[in-house]
Amino acid sequence: MEKKVVFEASNLCINAVRDDGSELPIVKEVNFQVREGEVVALIGESGSGKTTIALSALGYCKPGLKISGGSTLLFDQDLSAMNIEELRQIRGEKVAYLAQSAIATFNPALKINEQVTESAVIHGSKTQPEADSFAKGLYGALDLPDPDNIGTRYPHQVSGGQLQRLMAAMALCGEPSLLVLDEPTTALDVTTQIEVLKAFKKVIRERGAAAIYVTHDLAVVAQIADRIVVLYNGDVQEKGSAKAVISEPRHPYTRRLMQAVRPLPAAGEKAKENILPDNVIEINGVSAGYGGDVMSNPKEVILKDINLQLARGEVLGIIGESGSGKSTLARVIAGLLPSFEGDILLDNQKLQPRLEDRPRSELRKIQFVYQMADTAINPKQTIGNILGRPLEFYLDMYGSKRKDRVLELLEMVELPKEFYTRFPHELSGGQKQRINLARALAAEPEVLLCDEVTSALDSIVGANVIELLRGLRKNLGVSFVFISHDLSTVSAFADTIAVMYKGIIAETGTVHKVLSPPSHPYTDLLISSVPELRVGWLEEADKNIQEAKNKLEQGNLT
Amino acid sequence: MFPILIKKIGAGLLTTLGVSIVIFIGTNLLPGDAAQIRLGQASTEDSLKALREELGLNLPLYQQYFRWLFNFVQGDFGTSLASGNVTIAQLISDRYENTLIVSSLTAMIGVPISVGLGIIAAMFPGTLYDRILTLGSVTLVAAPEFFTATLMVLFVVFFLGIGNAVVVGSIEDKNLVELITHFILPITTLCLVIAAQLIRMTRAAVLNVMSSPYIEMAILKGIPRRRVVMRHALLNAIGPIVNVIAINLAYVVTGVIVIEVYFGYSGLATLIVQGVQTRDYILIQTLGMIFCATYVILMLIADLSSILSNPRLRHPK
Repeated sequence: MEKKVVFEASNLCINAVRDDGSELPIVKEVNFQVREGEVVALIGESGSGKTTIALSALGYCKPGLKISGGSTLLFDQDLSAMNIEELRQIRGEKVAYLAQSAIATFNPALKINEQVTESAVIHGSKTQPEADSFAKGLYGALDLPDPDNIGTRYPHQVSGGQLQRLMAAMALCGEPSLLVLDEPTTALDVTTQIEVLKAFKKVIRERGAAAIYVTHDLAVVAQIADRIVVLYNGDVQEKGSAKAVISEPRHPYTRRLMQAVRPLPAAGEKAKENILPDNVIEINGVSAGYGGDVMSNPKEVILKDINLQLARGEVLGIIGESGSGKSTLARVIAGLLPSFEGDILLDNQKLQPRLEDRPRSELRKIQFVYQMADTAINPKQTIGNILGRPLEFYLDMYGSKRKDRVLELLEMVELPKEFYTRFPHELSGGQKQRINLARALAAEPEVLLCDEVTSALDSIVGANVIELLRGLRKNLGVSFVFISHDLSTVSAFADTIAVMYKGIIAETGTVHKVLSPPSHPYTDLLISSVPELRVGWLEEADKNIQEAKNKLEQGNLT
Repeated sequence: MFPILIKKIGAGLLTTLGVSIVIFIGTNLLPGDAAQIRLGQASTEDSLKALREELGLNLPLYQQYFRWLFNFVQGDFGTSLASGNVTIAQLISDRYENTLIVSSLTAMIGVPISVGLGIIAAMFPGTLYDRILTLGSVTLVAAPEFFTATLMVLFVVFFLGIGNAVVVGSIEDKNLVELITHFILPITTLCLVIAAQLIRMTRAAVLNVMSSPYIEMAILKGIPRRRVVMRHALLNAIGPIVNVIAINLAYVVTGVIVIEVYFGYSGLATLIVQGVQTRDYILIQTLGMIFCATYVILMLIADLSSILSNPRLRHPK
């Protein structure tokens, strides 16, 4: 017997309303159904309209958008015909929403329990005490520590991964029939992602809820979805059961998405291209921390006795979960955070710990590329000025010389010359990240510190940026310190890998050595947590992950 | 939380101390000293010297400063230079009551009404109500005080035919309602003046929070709009709102000279002008310090409220 249809979008069209009143179609005649107990994944890159479609299941459009045609039925009730009060009755009660960033979706001024329970209490489906005890049950089911008391804390007092699970509790507290999950694990480390995925899967199965799962990550989809809808530019490209779409993708766009999933490369020695025998950077016994007297005795020590070498032309990958100190290490190398112990050598010359004490020639040689191009690039400057400023500052290039070099840089990062006069907001995320890279390259550095440069990008765009980095490395001979929490990205690009765990280097060596056993238990945990693009992987991986975890907990740190 | 609190109080004290130095040096730069002013035309070299010694004006400047500061914190503000043997404390106490009553009544009436109106405007942005309120507050911000005051007199006294165009009579033995009617014109004018800024800033602060992802989340959780604004948004907007309130109240205490002159009652703001006119720099010093202290205390209260409304500051990790 066919299961009951929970949600159905038929010929759904959503338009963006521009300032001048004209309309731009964002979602074009989309059709799909979600049945009871079923997880339907909407996949596609940013701008494909997947979030917009998912939000229509709550009868909600972001400001500036409007439903221009078709219908959205929730249990055969037309959502677009409902008024605000009717919608309010179903939101949180029949359909619940989980957003991408739990940190942004929790109100910082209210305690967690109030936010988790308020929807159920306001809708009258539970009294406050009932909701409280139900929430405690959920905290337990979601493997949160101290379920009895975690609700009395404020959002800033728990970790990001915990908050993500607490948001799941917030959505589940009203016992909705349909869950809308919008990239709920994208912001998480792989190790945390597994935990959250497992928790979601468990509650969805146990409670028999239906779900719409929005993501750009096919490997994650393979673990959780029953059916997949592939979107591109507001159009449905392909839909079908998860197994069918993953094993036999029919549409070229789906195939491109699949290629962008970078599987963990098999361990094997890579050819050592372009790597010269001398070291650009040597880090000897460096320790650093925050608070108190940073230069001699910081309150909180983040990095402990770090020893690393970076050969000229080499790519050193640094991997670890958030809080492991990998970004701090980049900040120490750049001089943004002075170390209090140990030395950093650049071209065999000792670097001053503080940025302020380093001469301009040394500053030029080490350049930083940040994760978020949006915040790293001045929005009020043209691309020409953004790239021209380091040319003036470091290389004394002015006038036509400067302009020619900027155009060269644009060509280097494969962007058209017309971008010279554009502003950052006119560029897409991937293009902005290229400008971010070009800005660092303008200084003609010897070392590029890349901090999670692909993490904020979609898989396809991210893969293109990695391709670009490969080319730059080959042509320019720049050395890279490449920081990421994504093991597959790092091992695809790096020559050597340093695995960071709680502020120390847990393991270091060539990609081959790190990926092949025996490795440090934390590396094991990382390796076994990288999701694979096949259905049923999550269940199989669980055993390996638990083993690695147990080893780690036993303090088996070598 | 305690460390932040102590830091804030310390910063307030330091500010006051810094201002006291500026005020002291500033008034000392004025030509002529206390002895000359007091003796006026009748001064001789000998009498000047004697009086200077008596007043301690022959001491080095920093000693004079510490003597003045030491006396000031003990409540001894000195004697007026212009008004014979009247102490500064006496001069101020006559005026202080008026200023205190007018400003606290303005705060009691004006602040809740304006903040409330601002919140309602933020709840329904773009509606007719919001537009009327925005238009009204922009007009009020742009209008000079004497103009607003004149309109009030025209409307209340000549159109409605109630009361007098100036404040007359004594405030002794009056209860709250009688005090309000006594000062009705200055209070309403001041309420209008501060309302303009308060409404706009409250609306902006709440609207700013209303665009946060957690507000969208609250809406998607099916929380009624009233609760979204009053519980989710307002708690996060308290910081900026109390700051605007504090700045406006400080203005009501210290800067309302036009209102005082217009409605003919004497408060502290006219007193300081009088002090400048008569070169009574001891009076100027004292009032300067009182204004500074008022400002610092109001700002401290504002800071304290934003700390209390922010759990990240109240319960650091």
